[in-house]
Amino acid sequence: MTAELGAFALALALALSIAQAALSAAARVRRSRVFARAGEGAALGAFLCVLAAFVCLLIAFVGSDFSVANVANNSHTLKPMLYKVAGVWGSHEGSLLLWCLCLTGFGAAVAIAARALPMGLKSVTLASQGLLGVMFLAFAVFTSNPFLRMNPVPLEGRSLNPLLQDPALAFHPPLLYGGYVGFSLVFSFAVAALVEGRVDAAWARWVRPWTLAAWSMLTLGITLGAFWAYYELGWGGWWFWDPVENASFMPWLAATALLHSAIVTERRGALPSWTVFLALLAFTFSMLGAFLVRSGVLTSVHAFAVDPERGVMLLGITGAAAGAGFALFAWRAPTMASGGLFAPVSREGTLVLNNLFLAVAAATVLLGTLYPLMLEAATGDAISVGPPYFNLTFTPLMAAAMLILPAGPLLAWKRGDLKGVLQRLTWAAALAILAALVTLGLNDFRKAWGAAGVGLGFWLVAGALAEVAERVRLFRAPAVESWRRLKGLPRGAWGTTLGHLGLGLFVLGACVETGWKLETAHVVAPGQGFAIAGYDLVLQRAGVVDGPNYLAERGVVTASRDGRLACTVQPERRFFPAGRQTTTEVGLCFRGLSDLYIVFGERRTTADGRPGWLLRAYWNPWARLIFLGPAIMALAGLVSLSDRRLRLAPGKRKELSA
Amino acid sequence: MRRFLLILGAIGCLAAASDPTERLPDPAQEARARALFQQIRCVVCQNESIDDSEAEIAQDLRRVVREEVAAGRSDQQIRDDLVGRYGEFVLLKPTFSAANAVLWLTPLLLLLGAGGWLLWRAHRSPAPIGADALTPEEEARLAALTDDPPA
Repeated sequence: MTAELGAFALALALALSIAQAALSAAARVRRSRVFARAGEGAALGAFLCVLAAFVCLLIAFVGSDFSVANVANNSHTLKPMLYKVAGVWGSHEGSLLLWCLCLTGFGAAVAIAARALPMGLKSVTLASQGLLGVMFLAFAVFTSNPFLRMNPVPLEGRSLNPLLQDPALAFHPPLLYGGYVGFSLVFSFAVAALVEGRVDAAWARWVRPWTLAAWSMLTLGITLGAFWAYYELGWGGWWFWDPVENASFMPWLAATALLHSAIVTERRGALPSWTVFLALLAFTFSMLGAFLVRSGVLTSVHAFAVDPERGVMLLGITGAAAGAGFALFAWRAPTMASGGLFAPVSREGTLVLNNLFLAVAAATVLLGTLYPLMLEAATGDAISVGPPYFNLTFTPLMAAAMLILPAGPLLAWKRGDLKGVLQRLTWAAALAILAALVTLGLNDFRKAWGAAGVGLGFWLVAGALAEVAERVRLFRAPAVESWRRLKGLPRGAWGTTLGHLGLGLFVLGACVETGWKLETAHVVAPGQGFAIAGYDLVLQRAGVVDGPNYLAERGVVTASRDGRLACTVQPERRFFPAGRQTTTEVGLCFRGLSDLYIVFGERRTTADGRPGWLLRAYWNPWARLIFLGPAIMALAGLVSLSDRRLRLAPGKRKELSA
Repeated sequence: MRRFLLILGAIGCLAAASDPTERLPDPAQEARARALFQQIRCVVCQNESIDDSEAEIAQDLRRVVREEVAAGRSDQQIRDDLVGRYGEFVLLKPTFSAANAVLWLTPLLLLLGAGGWLLWRAHRSPAPIGADALTPEEEARLAALTDDPPA
């Protein structure tokens, strides 16, 4: 019964989305408050219906109702509860339902929360959001219904891919979708701005909190995914330039550019059409990513539910939504006046450069992802575009952007004093160069790029701290005065500082981990061991253990340094009978910022003829920073979101300033 | 239990490039081989290099590359051999050829084009001075509004 209720709720949500789009559009045309309120009600109703459908699917998964095909294909009675719940979004149909839940949820949030939004802007935003809802809900109802029954009912489900049965990956999709689909609202705001013909400071201030929220979720989602790959795939890789990773990274790059250009539009009224363009682009990349992942046009480690027919429909939706958005842009944008002139050397100038590099980087990732497809379609030749390509193109672009980054927040608006700013950054630059030289001195010239990366990381971290020092007049004003200023710093300023600090920590972690990672592997019997990075590893014992839905071989490995025990880890090799798959559970030994990463391999015979196991060990220096840095960036987004400026409605701000 | 271990064995080898039975005795040659592995795609895998992959074909390709490295062939010769056998698909770093010029040059051209256009615009419209600049009172009011200490 729940499945039928769910299917009904989903169909009702589609009808309400149609009503939302029609009523909101009518409200704008007729300037009618009644229609506007009705449209808002429909938006709320559509969200509640999708929520009801989602809960129905959740009940089916939690209760292992295998008469529902989706549950039978993706769940199993022995699966731990967390993964039964995560199974809801573990398939194409379920994740599409989650997508629709976010889409209508953001629409309902605007309908309820944004009371001070001008009526016209709000109606058009809700109409656009409603149209997007119609397309995706129709797609769900007509091609990807998660509530289809199955007959005969199987006694046991086929289980979720064991690689995906992991806490980090259970929360990865909701965060990722919160980000992807959060940009749908930004897209709708952009459409509304184009229809209304006004892109000004007030509009930018309306859009920025939603962008910040979506960006923070996407940042956290991507980071969780990378962290999962790091410890689950069994060899310590965390980013592969895989098409599906690129699909999540392109919206992130566009949104990062948008966050920065929206600041310029909000504060100075400049770059309005570029900001609107990016707002359209972020969700276009999200939809393109959904198409790439779900259509099967790209082969990838993560691709799921590949179905060409659905792919064509998704391409249609992407084309229709993005096409309409950009057509509107081409028609309306040229009439929008740009305010706020500025000199090349100014805060606006550095933000424009930031956007230049981010936009070219996003275009590069797009090109690298699609080029093999385009070439094969055009000439029939199959080529691969892998990590070496992105390292040679994307990395230098980002490095250049990071070189100028610390100067940005220190420069004044309109016309900056470059000489003065560089003077204030002297100690940061000195620290960065020193760090690079020391790194180079401790190694040789083969590590020159790694050393440059370390220098760049220190430059970003020191630059972020220099910005705070500058804002509080550290050492230039009395300590009491600096303290008072520090306490009075707006949350938005802390957001900037934390975001840039997190980026610097990420760069440090990524460069040190990539440049100085060690690895070794030996076949050892219990009692035997080997050394890595100054640690002595010993396999103490090995045995077989039973998990809830798997069998495992587990090794107990101790790591000691100078005879003192550093830690004991229990890496496993798990076998899942339901899907006949094997996974590795690595043993992670935290050593400060670095990881000792131990993988328990297959049975082998040791050199002295005893039965043993292949034990692989990696030393991943500063690997923690790779995940800590982006986590700080996501936090920075939330801190910035809590700023008083963004919480105050623009209308109220006008009253305050008058 | 025995059945379980048999299945585990049948799933196959779970060791990538660092497997001790595969390694070359000479560390310099081994390092060269490892660097090459990262540029070569495991042709049946989904976007993995043979350095990372546990597939059988990746194991075979690693053996071939190690043998060729040990036999003293150059990186370029080894890559050419693999391309001869599997096509350009096997290289994770596409060659710089006429067909791939678009791929390699677009980022640079985009950067130069957009950067040049920005410079041209900045040059054309003179920097704001005089009437457009804020008066000290306006600066103070802006600072009060935005909670920023005046720079």
